[in-house]
Amino acid sequence: MASLNDYLLVSGLLFAIGLAGVVLRRNIIIVFMCLELMLSAANLSLVAFSRFNTVNGLPNYHGQMLVFFVITVAAAEVAVGLAIIVALYRARLTIHTDDLTSLKG
Amino acid sequence: MPTYLFWIFSAMMLLGGAAVIVFRNPVSSALSVVACFLGLAGLFTGLSAFFVGIIQILVYTGAVMVLFLFIIMLLDLKDEDKRAPSLAPLLAGLGLVVAFVSQLLCVLSRSPDQIAPALDPQALAAAAGHFPAGEKIATALTAGRLPDVQLIGHMLFTGYNLPLQILGVILLVATVGVVVLSKRTQH
Repeated sequence: MASLNDYLLVSGLLFAIGLAGVVLRRNIIIVFMCLELMLSAANLSLVAFSRFNTVNGLPNYHGQMLVFFVITVAAAEVAVGLAIIVALYRARLTIHTDDLTSLKG
Repeated sequence: MPTYLFWIFSAMMLLGGAAVIVFRNPVSSALSVVACFLGLAGLFTGLSAFFVGIIQILVYTGAVMVLFLFIIMLLDLKDEDKRAPSLAPLLAGLGLVVAFVSQLLCVLSRSPDQIAPALDPQALAAAAGHFPAGEKIATALTAGRLPDVQLIGHMLFTGYNLPLQILGVILLVATVGVVVLSKRTQH
């Protein structure tokens, strides 16, 4: 059985991959996917903490409730975000972040 | 979960995640995210979080990633053209990641490690006393099984009623917002 630190290490590495994707990639859809990877990395550490801290001999289900809410809110966020990306593409005909500089002073 | 399965699922998850950044084609990236989430669902199942593992597959790989693929194909994106990579964001990104990973390794090497408490039939049967006798949860626990879905439902509808209602409102607002956003403005 893997230990708590193994799970936290793997979760942190997934978060780092997501962070690298958000900073390095220029396609806004890929950036959005990498945000989802970062949310999932947080979910993994929450579930690991829930399993490793038992209450009355059962996993601590408060951690898994938080994961449930994060997944649901993330699904709503994806729907709204993709609608914004489609509206952006209609207005500008690009989703390349280097070409979207309207807010630059 | 045996340790080798943990490492197999972790490798699947991390390789899938790295492939998202490496591939130039958005469709390949989306399919790599699917591979990454399948590995993650395996890890959840290994942590005895069966409900969360199934939800991860149904909601994320089933619904969310199909939505991503749908939008990628709707916008008809080509492979990213090779632009001259600007040095500053590359260095900033790599520096940020290296700093984060080194901090993580430093913290984990100093924090005390912990192995998982056992969830064997004796421990589960001992936990059955905290639930009403004769109900489904207590029966399953006494039989030595972990009624994961029933326990989550029990907690959701006893301790998290208000957040659940707010979540319903959030989903409604998201639905209305998406309809408004994707409606073509008439000029």
